[in-house]
Amino acid sequence: MKELFILAVVTVFTLLTYYLVEPFAHSQMHKHVESEGFAYKDLPALTKKGDAARGKDLVMGAGACAGCHGIEVEGMPAPMDPVTAAQSYGVNPPDLSNAGAVFDPKFLAALIKNPAHALMVEHKFDANKGQMHPMTSFYGAGGDLDQEVADMVAYLQSIAPKAEELTPKMAFETACGRCHAIHYPYVKDGEAHPAWTQIGEKPTFKKKQDALAFETKVLDYQDALTKYMGTLPPDLSMYIRSRGEHYIKTFVENPQNYLKGTAMPRVGVSAESAEKIIEHLEDVGDSKRHMREEIGKNVMIYIIIFAIFAILWKKEVWKELH
Amino acid sequence: MKNSSRRGFMGKAFGAVAGVGAVASLYAMKRSWDPLPSVKAAGFTTLDMSAYKENELVTEKWRGKPIFVLKQTAEMVKKAKSNPKDIERLIKVGNDYFMVCLGLCTHLGCIPGYNPEEKSFLCACHGGMYDFTGDVTKAPPPRGLDIPPFKIDGNKLVLGEEGPEYKKMLENGTTLRA
Amino acid sequence: MAHFTKATSLHDWLNQRLGIDTVRRVMATEYWIPKNINFLWAMGMVLAITFGLLLISGIFLLMYYQPNVATAFDSVNYTIMQEVGYGWLWRHIHGVAASVVFLIIYIHMFTGIYYGSYKKGREMIWLSGMLLFVAFSAEAFSGYMLPWGQMSYWAGMVITNLFAGGSLHADGLVEWIRGDYVPAQAFLNRFFMLHVLLIPLAILGLIGLHFGALRIPHVNNQDGEEIDFEAEAAKYKAGDKANSKVIAFVNDFMSKDMMVVGIYLIFFFYLVFYHYDFAMDPVNFDPANGLKTPAHIYPEWYFLWSYEILRPFSTDVGLIAFAFAQVIFFALPFLDKSPNAVPASRRGLFKFWFWAMLIDMIILTAMGKVPPEGLFSTIGLYAALTFIGLWIALPFITKFEKKV
Repeated sequence: MKELFILAVVTVFTLLTYYLVEPFAHSQMHKHVESEGFAYKDLPALTKKGDAARGKDLVMGAGACAGCHGIEVEGMPAPMDPVTAAQSYGVNPPDLSNAGAVFDPKFLAALIKNPAHALMVEHKFDANKGQMHPMTSFYGAGGDLDQEVADMVAYLQSIAPKAEELTPKMAFETACGRCHAIHYPYVKDGEAHPAWTQIGEKPTFKKKQDALAFETKVLDYQDALTKYMGTLPPDLSMYIRSRGEHYIKTFVENPQNYLKGTAMPRVGVSAESAEKIIEHLEDVGDSKRHMREEIGKNVMIYIIIFAIFAILWKKEVWKELH
Repeated sequence: MKNSSRRGFMGKAFGAVAGVGAVASLYAMKRSWDPLPSVKAAGFTTLDMSAYKENELVTEKWRGKPIFVLKQTAEMVKKAKSNPKDIERLIKVGNDYFMVCLGLCTHLGCIPGYNPEEKSFLCACHGGMYDFTGDVTKAPPPRGLDIPPFKIDGNKLVLGEEGPEYKKMLENGTTLRA
Repeated sequence: MAHFTKATSLHDWLNQRLGIDTVRRVMATEYWIPKNINFLWAMGMVLAITFGLLLISGIFLLMYYQPNVATAFDSVNYTIMQEVGYGWLWRHIHGVAASVVFLIIYIHMFTGIYYGSYKKGREMIWLSGMLLFVAFSAEAFSGYMLPWGQMSYWAGMVITNLFAGGSLHADGLVEWIRGDYVPAQAFLNRFFMLHVLLIPLAILGLIGLHFGALRIPHVNNQDGEEIDFEAEAAKYKAGDKANSKVIAFVNDFMSKDMMVVGIYLIFFFYLVFYHYDFAMDPVNFDPANGLKTPAHIYPEWYFLWSYEILRPFSTDVGLIAFAFAQVIFFALPFLDKSPNAVPASRRGLFKFWFWAMLIDMIILTAMGKVPPEGLFSTIGLYAALTFIGLWIALPFITKFEKKV
């Protein structure tokens, strides 16, 4: 069949061009980073079994965590408001209520012992040069350090919500939301969520003064954050489309993969939390994805039927022409 | 001679399939004209009724339209109670009575002005008048000021939601659906 | 004055006033197309359908798009993509169709070149088609500005800078085009106007001209055979459809067009729903930032070949080469000196010229996207030189072509 041969020629040249300008060109422009599945292989494994009750004493006592962190589920609000906290530490220290669910336990243990190392920001915080990370290392309460750290991690896990209770939004807020804003509101399961700023959800104000006062607080926070990070961390509203799932995951897993020397820390989320963060970014930046898939299926079925009827019509008309 | 452009069976069938697709795409087009979810979500206004002062007209905004809120004095309430048609127009939140009306003249939609001494509204466009409950006292307006859908929630009033008190007003003809 | 009688039906009423039967006969049922054609002859209809999809989806985007540098990005990516009912569908259709329409245009162009459909009285078809290509390019470029993302901004910056004319330093002209020192509000507004009004008007007019240009020389066929359309049409009308060399536009040609359109739409909607990233560059989902250039700037794929002709040379030579590439296809009917209007396969050296041109343009396209370094630069340079060389060689190789 001559027509099929011509179609094959057209298809081959089209696919060749596509291959060259898309997969090939992108492989030349961006290096490919393979995910390690959030294994954090460089960090030592937890060898001791933690005890949550002892961990609670350490967190409240010798660890002095509550000096900077709030623990809402235990009825302990943050010691400072976000803006003051950012002006003191560079960034608002997270509330620890969800930490045990969002972060990898191995990472949490390493973080308690040596924050700059676990966060992979030693290029910014070199203790030998007197550049101290705002979170101080925990050197132990007199007992076995590994055991004590394991206890503290066990405590954080004991107060954290279960995996199925941790929503994508909670995962995002705990892991990313103190540096990154998302200025798109979104609706999920019929519930409307307002825009997210680094200091929390943006309320609706009746009076312009109140709205401007809030805006000022956000700007003050962003100023402190910009000073701390060197640049204002980007708004993530459209990141699911501008970066895509693979890039975000491998970047979060180890920011140094792409940007050597970046101030963005390794945040140490677990593999499950990373999935939830991706889901949150999809909820915000690609909220119609389920509809797109469903409508797509129906349109494809319709258009195939359309093509079949078109072919049958052509055959009917051309019967007399041959 | 047979019309060469006449379609055979398959031609008609193909036309029908194409027509189904065209109608389906009309649905998507219709949906694109709908008010946005954010517009619909903004269709609810919550008023804190404890903030108003007696006999002082405050104009709020609901769905882009002016809403008159007038807290009644004891004297006004007493006067309204003497006329069942008037007292039915008032909304009781806690122990206070309020006139809450769409601030558009029912004649041709101008915004009437309030005179606190006379305790009445005058529409400058064609001279229509309303009393302090929003009931019409002088033509040409055909009826009293319309009352927006509301729901009483503690000492708050949610405009845009239909509570039992509003439904009662609809039933007894105090207001039309605004 | 014409004589009107009492109408016997709505059809008759309209027919007396508008002559709809005549219009139908002239435009459809007795508009004769050669029978000896393949599916490539349906690309015109495929283009018309794609243009229709662009127009309809564009109307719905236009209802919510805001041409303001502060709100344009969010009006597209938030309002249209997340809020408007089916807004995401219109945008995906619009974005994918804008890319695919160029694929079809290129297939349509190379079909014309291969079968010699720009010769022997068909020059105006070619020229009006080339004007359409230019208008579509301007339409694509101006539309690309509108989401006001990083690629919009930087493409706007780079392309308008071309008008400085290299060492002519016509910076005043560049500022005049932008209405500002950098692409900003005035720039966005005027490109919005061009995209939704002036260029579409030009395209509609040119489509009319392109169709009209077909009427007298008639559609070519896949063997370059000269057909006596009147005699063949008479044969067809007498009922000998099987032996006539022509077919009617409606239903004969149309039914084949629709078959191709149906198969094309399967491909098209697959891209719209499942494979849209190639047409909607992820970088453009970052809002425009005049203080930060993206790591890689490249035009959409359909501009890459001419962009690559610009790139390997120094500024001035590059601009001249670029200008050459932009206009040279217009000259094709006049540079091809051969009297043969037959498929390239029967035209001696021209056959090699055709395939060399096609492959060279694909190489240019590929090299236009990859970073201009090392081997890629060298390949790009030779491909650009080959492109220019092929055009210089064209009059010579066709002049000595044997008449078939």
